[in-house]
Amino acid sequence: MSQSDDPYENLTITTGAVVEPNTSRVNKTGSWRQFKPVIDIDACIACGQCDTYCPDQAAKPVEGEDYYGFDLDYCKGCGICEEVCPTDAIEMIREVK
Amino acid sequence: MSSDRQDQDFTDEVEHGEELWNPGHRACAGCGPALAMKYITEAAGPNTIVTNATGCMEVVSTPFPESSWGTSYIHNIFENAASVAAGVEAAYQSFDRRDPDHLDVSDEDDLNIIAIGGDGATADIGFRALSGMMERGHDVTYVMYDNEAYMNTGVQRSSQTPLGASTTTSPAGTESIGNDTNKKDMASIAADHGVEYVATASISNPHDFKQKVEKALEIDGPKFLHVYSPCPVGWSYESSKTVELAELAVETGLFPVFEMENGEITSVNKISDRKPVREWLETQGRFKHLFDGEEGEETIEALQEWIDGRAEDLGLDA
Repeated sequence: MSQSDDPYENLTITTGAVVEPNTSRVNKTGSWRQFKPVIDIDACIACGQCDTYCPDQAAKPVEGEDYYGFDLDYCKGCGICEEVCPTDAIEMIREVK
Repeated sequence: MSSDRQDQDFTDEVEHGEELWNPGHRACAGCGPALAMKYITEAAGPNTIVTNATGCMEVVSTPFPESSWGTSYIHNIFENAASVAAGVEAAYQSFDRRDPDHLDVSDEDDLNIIAIGGDGATADIGFRALSGMMERGHDVTYVMYDNEAYMNTGVQRSSQTPLGASTTTSPAGTESIGNDTNKKDMASIAADHGVEYVATASISNPHDFKQKVEKALEIDGPKFLHVYSPCPVGWSYESSKTVELAELAVETGLFPVFEMENGEITSVNKISDRKPVREWLETQGRFKHLFDGEEGEETIEALQEWIDGRAEDLGLDA
């Protein structure tokens, strides 16, 4: 399953306007964000609550580590992760761009 | 320290799975229904055909030429998600009759057919199509995500909008306390169609919701699930509170979580020390007007009475 194809390449409208799956990944919703989640990696217990409750699939395990991090390409900054984190390891800070 | 935090970025180091509800969808920050979609796809897996009514989850997930879905997906019009699902199911039954090796809808490992609609598309506009699908006995799991109004078009009331909520078509003002009706009981309506499995769930308990989706998919014939999914925009609250408010709606009994099998209530998520609905109302801008006058007070009492009545019928209190 390819998850990175650009649906805007060679754009044509087929009968029924059929589109390929998994193609919204080209839309980087991280640009919407005003507040950014930061994680205290020492306080994180890798329970995955942030992942469970993230509507944007942006809270994920960091490869090879025992803590979670955020995919800032997609995080919209809603702050649900900060609310559901049982160890208060996540804090939303105003992002300076 | 503060600049370290400002620079913290794990974007290239995080591990994504094979998500079937993809990021890049245009749902508002903190969207409850977007969580429901995520849980549905996680429970159903890739061998799934989703038919979706017009509504928030359709417009945010499939602006041409993009799709947030990793499953097969069809959108047609507002009112007919159930009819489209019924047609898809009938087609697969026919394929299966002609070629027994073809994907089989009644085998949940082969193929799942799920129709998804919002509260407006399900309980109002698509009600006829849903009734037909349930009455004809199609092997389809229908999921109604309930955010208590037509949010996509600008917060018009639906038959799932609770008593007292201010919406653009039930605005609170000197002559109105907001919406003047209680939520329509879709679970009982579905059960009265002879639907074998009916359940309600809240996005605040994904484990429970996903189990109910899985259970529904194992049963032949029509199934109806009602999932509670708060909307920060339409309800007017901070986007970070979505899960908390879904949980509070359950704890106050405004949204009871239960299962019905063959018309009988078979399990109820019991609540100990059910909280007064006032605590939930206070959290949202759409109920603000209820707290400044006698009429508002009467409306809160009326809503509490309705909740108490349902709680007694369901045996909600532990």
